[in-house]
Amino acid sequence: MSNNLLEIRDLHKSYGDVEVLKGVNCTMTQGDVISVIGSSGSGKTTMLRCINMLEEFQGGTISIDGQEIGYEMVGGQRRRKSEKEIARQRALTGMAFQQFNLFPHMTAARNIMLGLMKVKKLSKEEARSIAEKWLDRVGLRSRADNFPGQLSGGQQQRVAIARAIAMNPKLMLFDEVTSALDPELVNEVLQVIKTLAQDGMSMLLVTHEMRFAYEVSNRVIFMNQGRIGEEGNPREMFHKPKSERLAEFLKTSSFG
Amino acid sequence: MLSNGGRFMGYTLNFAAVWRSFDLLLEGLALSLALAFGAILIGAVIGLITAFCLISKNGFIKRPAGTYVTIIRNTPILVLVLFTYFALPQLGFRLGKIESFVFTLALYSGAYLAEVFRAGLLSIPGGLREAGLAIGLTEMQIRTSIIAPLMFRNVLPSLSSTIISLFKDTSLAAAIAVPELTFEARKINVETFRVIETWIVASCLYVLTCSILAALMREVERRLSLPR
Repeated sequence: MSNNLLEIRDLHKSYGDVEVLKGVNCTMTQGDVISVIGSSGSGKTTMLRCINMLEEFQGGTISIDGQEIGYEMVGGQRRRKSEKEIARQRALTGMAFQQFNLFPHMTAARNIMLGLMKVKKLSKEEARSIAEKWLDRVGLRSRADNFPGQLSGGQQQRVAIARAIAMNPKLMLFDEVTSALDPELVNEVLQVIKTLAQDGMSMLLVTHEMRFAYEVSNRVIFMNQGRIGEEGNPREMFHKPKSERLAEFLKTSSFG
Repeated sequence: MLSNGGRFMGYTLNFAAVWRSFDLLLEGLALSLALAFGAILIGAVIGLITAFCLISKNGFIKRPAGTYVTIIRNTPILVLVLFTYFALPQLGFRLGKIESFVFTLALYSGAYLAEVFRAGLLSIPGGLREAGLAIGLTEMQIRTSIIAPLMFRNVLPSLSSTIISLFKDTSLAAAIAVPELTFEARKINVETFRVIETWIVASCLYVLTCSILAALMREVERRLSLPR
């Protein structure tokens, strides 16, 4: 067993005949904040979704904290783990989505409490107090009893992040969390993520916010056509890209 | 048309005989409501399970559910009522009049509600299921805590008309002599010969009950609507 928090080995994923991940290798250790950049269709989001088994993958392995995710070898055959086991493993990671995906029939607090009560089996009172703590951390304590429809996009995304973090995951996955937001709401969400990073939360962020990736991450991965095209610290990556493809990508991105 | 204190195209309206038997009509109405309530309750469970089967990707689950819905929806309910009450006992499956009718209406409403619920399920964004999975919920927990409550809200308007329609279908129980509203009205009609009056009163009772049901459903809809 290694000390890596996340270890991806030779990850292959296809949709029918189309191979979207063509052998991805990646490791991260506790406290790493890694931004994944690349053009649309390069496989960034798919990789993220494989890590918490929202997508099945056909080859390779993903381990979190030494636990192999999603599949096991039984008598030389690769087999999908039981749904219960996969549900348990999904709780190792937290995920924030592009479209927030808050449960619209529950208040902000109830959105956070649901997982705490159903998955962690906490009492309603315990769950409520954790929900309030995290809503406070994302600056929305006063909106605990508001429904998602009563919140702005930025506020909804902050609640969604609080909902994921409250489950105490080992690794947070952010999937283009600011892409669906109006420009003036982007900053409040990025600020929340930045604070979490400063607190030592391990994070993998798929993002189009190059300036943010540059500032917040200690490592950047550039994905290109289903493979990791280049990786390194943000300073080198953004100022001295090795590959032509990355240089070209940065030229067309917001990091100008 | 209607003149001379209740004369209608040469017919003198006289409700006195019907009023004397009004309690029978009310008893019939109470039974109609009970039949509808029981059948819809069982039908809702059948409908919900069938709806989840209908949207399943597994053919072994989806096909039987689809066949059930197709058969029921393409058979007149009166035929189903008569089949259950008269034909099933020949196969050793004997039920009382009321049980037989509730069983039939439950099966019937299950197929209609399955279609209503299926449409409701399809209207729920897939991202919510994924968000549930991402916090570690099982598929069953997602269905009970997220999908079903949202689906229920989405389908309330069409659920309301289906429920009213199913309530009106209880009148078919008269065909197997279940003493519900239509059956009682027919009895009073035969005993008093006040044909028009009897059916006017029975119709008014149906209209009134349906209006109250619709108003109740609108209230449920209002209370469950999400604040924006």
